[in-house]
Amino acid sequence: MTDAPPADQSQTVRPKYIGKKVERFEDPRLLTGRGLYSADIKADRMVHVAFVRSDQAHARIVSVDTDDAAAAPGVIGVFTAADFPELPELSAPSAMKDYHATVCPVIARDVVRYVGEAVAVIVAQDRYLAEDAAALVMVDLDPLGATADPVAALEPDAVALHDNVPGNKVLERVFETGDAPGEIAKAQHKVSARFRMRRKAPLAMETRSYVAQYDSGRDQLVLHTSSNTPGVVRDELARLLNIPGNRFQVVSPDVGGSFGGKGSVYPEEAIVAMLARDLERPVKYVSDRLEDLTSTSQAFDEIVEATLAFDKDGTFIALDAEVIGDIGAYSIVPWTAALEPVQVVSFLPGPYRTPHYRGRVRGVCTPKPPTGPYRGVGRPAAVFAMERLVDMAAATLGLEADEIRRRNLVGPEEFPFRIGSGIRWDRSGFLECLEDAASSVDVADFRKRQAEARKRGKWLGLGFGTYAELTGIGSRIAVAPGMPINTGNETASVRVDATGAVTATFATASHGQSLETTLAQIVAEELGVRPSDVTVKQGDTALTPHGTGTYASRSAVIGGGAAIVSTRSLLKRVKEAAGALFDVDPDTVETGDGEIFVPETNHRITFPELAQAVYSDMKALPMEARKPLEAQENFDPYLGTTTAATHVAEVEIDSETLAIRVTRFIVAEDCGRMINPLVVDGQVHGGVVQGIGAALLEELHYDDTGQLLSATLADYLIATAAEVPALDVHHLETELPENPGGFRGMGEGGTIGAPAAIANAISDAVAHLGIEVQELPMTPNKLFRLIAEKQGKD
Amino acid sequence: MTAIDITLTVNGETMTTRAEPRMLASDFLREKLGLTGTHVGCEHGVCGACTIKLNGVTARSCLLFAGQLDGAEVTTVEGLGSPRRMHRIQEAFRKHHALQCGFCTPGFLMTVSEILETEELRTDDDIRDALSGNLCRCTGYEHIVRAVRELVNERDGVTA
Repeated sequence: MTDAPPADQSQTVRPKYIGKKVERFEDPRLLTGRGLYSADIKADRMVHVAFVRSDQAHARIVSVDTDDAAAAPGVIGVFTAADFPELPELSAPSAMKDYHATVCPVIARDVVRYVGEAVAVIVAQDRYLAEDAAALVMVDLDPLGATADPVAALEPDAVALHDNVPGNKVLERVFETGDAPGEIAKAQHKVSARFRMRRKAPLAMETRSYVAQYDSGRDQLVLHTSSNTPGVVRDELARLLNIPGNRFQVVSPDVGGSFGGKGSVYPEEAIVAMLARDLERPVKYVSDRLEDLTSTSQAFDEIVEATLAFDKDGTFIALDAEVIGDIGAYSIVPWTAALEPVQVVSFLPGPYRTPHYRGRVRGVCTPKPPTGPYRGVGRPAAVFAMERLVDMAAATLGLEADEIRRRNLVGPEEFPFRIGSGIRWDRSGFLECLEDAASSVDVADFRKRQAEARKRGKWLGLGFGTYAELTGIGSRIAVAPGMPINTGNETASVRVDATGAVTATFATASHGQSLETTLAQIVAEELGVRPSDVTVKQGDTALTPHGTGTYASRSAVIGGGAAIVSTRSLLKRVKEAAGALFDVDPDTVETGDGEIFVPETNHRITFPELAQAVYSDMKALPMEARKPLEAQENFDPYLGTTTAATHVAEVEIDSETLAIRVTRFIVAEDCGRMINPLVVDGQVHGGVVQGIGAALLEELHYDDTGQLLSATLADYLIATAAEVPALDVHHLETELPENPGGFRGMGEGGTIGAPAAIANAISDAVAHLGIEVQELPMTPNKLFRLIAEKQGKD
Repeated sequence: MTAIDITLTVNGETMTTRAEPRMLASDFLREKLGLTGTHVGCEHGVCGACTIKLNGVTARSCLLFAGQLDGAEVTTVEGLGSPRRMHRIQEAFRKHHALQCGFCTPGFLMTVSEILETEELRTDDDIRDALSGNLCRCTGYEHIVRAVRELVNERDGVTA
């Protein structure tokens, strides 16, 4: 017996799928070698491409001699810029002031601007023969000089990389609220530093791969691409190659990770598409790892000089920052060079109240591959700099790391809160995440362990990294300022076909995010079927009129929102048809677990039975009731959602070898309502480990002439399982955001918080030596130099 | 270059296929035999995505020539299980969400199938060391370690 009120019928009969650890529908094929990645595609008469790439950073092309290559066995053609009278040029326009769009011919025409830029393309019967021939191409380059260092590139005597980019300064932007310089000048307490986050590689395990197929009879071009933004690629190449979208299909099949590196439009995509059309043969290009490290867009290369002023209680007063972003040789298409460095100054004030802020950013062209989107965009460098300043301030006043954050984080009652750069934070668990993380580490006990370990020659350190980010950004905010692409909406179409099966179609493009499962969970819960009854289709421009893809922590929020509003429209149709069939008010019809019924009656049919009545059986329903069971709705959150987290890292440094190990890692995050906790955990883990890489291992090391010195996976190191501790993730759900599902984006957070937390942990570990971390990655070599410099000074 | 006959047993099936001796074993499996489950991530033996079993022992197929497969017995990921009849290792990976994009996964599965037979794997750190020859960029390894822990416990009759 119970006094509880009778349960809502729909609640009791309809299982909930959102929030469940549903096993992924992607897995059976991916686990058994039955996936289809672009490189797996084969076609009759297919030809293979190899590129001849520049081995100099900045040079005039004197000549490209292709005669020997053209005569080599199996070669079908050798092409240079001169062979394409209408050579497409990639250029990223923007309405942003003080911005100069660079121009990048898809094959270098007169000048090369980074090592790895394509100069010639070989087409041959197989890749081995194509590479043989590529070795026979003679490229005569006349060096133009190179200023690889971004600070030097801004000096008056620097070598200019582009005629239309005066002083190599591709963009400049200032955010200002209040009077930061004035407040800093009169403040009693302040800390300053020059932070450097080194250039890194997104390094998806699948390298960029493209297959273009042209059906000349139908004049139809299909490009299979490892891109995570097939819609963006379709729109841009349709324009450049002058093909209407209905005769040009871009498909992202299974994609082996991106992390941003496959989210821009690449010259090679244009080239294979052009060649397939010109040669009337399928054309395949699969980049090798060297090409990946030298021609895929690279990540955050920034210098942040910043000052934080605060009062005697540790309350922040003002923040001032000068940021230089090394954007490489070209402004990335379509996002522009503003994407990464501008967001550093946008997000620098972080989740804190800092009344006065001034942040200036300058983007600088240097002869290196373009930087582009990378997981976290702008925030990893911003959070690294700000969180270091916060800890430096705490050290000045003798406060613990959690206490100074507690005093400055935007409180629950203060939302919505606008920070000095203009970004608006909505309610999210800023303080709750901090408190959860802080209570998970016993700081007093840690200090004891730290003191004891030091006697054994082990330096332990504890570090916090607290941040907030905007995710699931709607059309109000361009992902990069002034960029003429709407990334803020998603259209879903959901239908029940004549067999009663459910198909949901999106313009997203999963490259590991599990969207075939999570979007199916959402549709299933809203429609009243099982997730396994729903097939999600995505990553194919033929399916949708518009859409951009999956990136920027957008697909759960915007795609999930579109799934909800579209499925609700479909459910209305289902209820109308069932109501007519049962001869009842449609509002009394319920669905659940694949059945359609009226509670407490004998009216109960399956989705296939309803489909039969609607589509095939011409007697069950009157003609006007036989409307197709299909709905398509758009969702645009207009603004974004605010996701917050605090990361805590514990490190151990061996005082003899200076080897740095992360020994413990805790994440407390608020991503709103979880669709699939397994997937959320997986995204956090993966992000954190990329953050560990950024903090300790990953560096694309360029010399003064623009040559990459870490161009293999033996030189460019990423974390293996052995460098990573067990990861402890705590999910907090404070107040759900005001969107249909209550979801917040969370795919990038791991990469945002981890570098800062580790930098602070290392700084804590070596504080007794009077040194601290101002550059990432921090390696044993760099730590040795810091100690030696300090000892030299003392 | 003159092609040669290569006779081998792949996933229990004996076959003879012609290929140039310089062709990499990874390309041979993928291009000549159509076994595209073996993935190529670096072609210099670091990432482990191309890991196969060669005469019962794991090997990097990108560091072998096709000719070296002559007379060999090879197992690729396709030989472990099928979508309808997954191998126990594959089931554990699915249960623990030990894969995201799936590109590195075939290499991990082949490595795991070996270390379950050859390594004691008493601690999770042992598992991490045993997996350290395979790179994964998506999962952060945590769920892979949990999947392997479950498999080790099953093997050892331990109830965790």
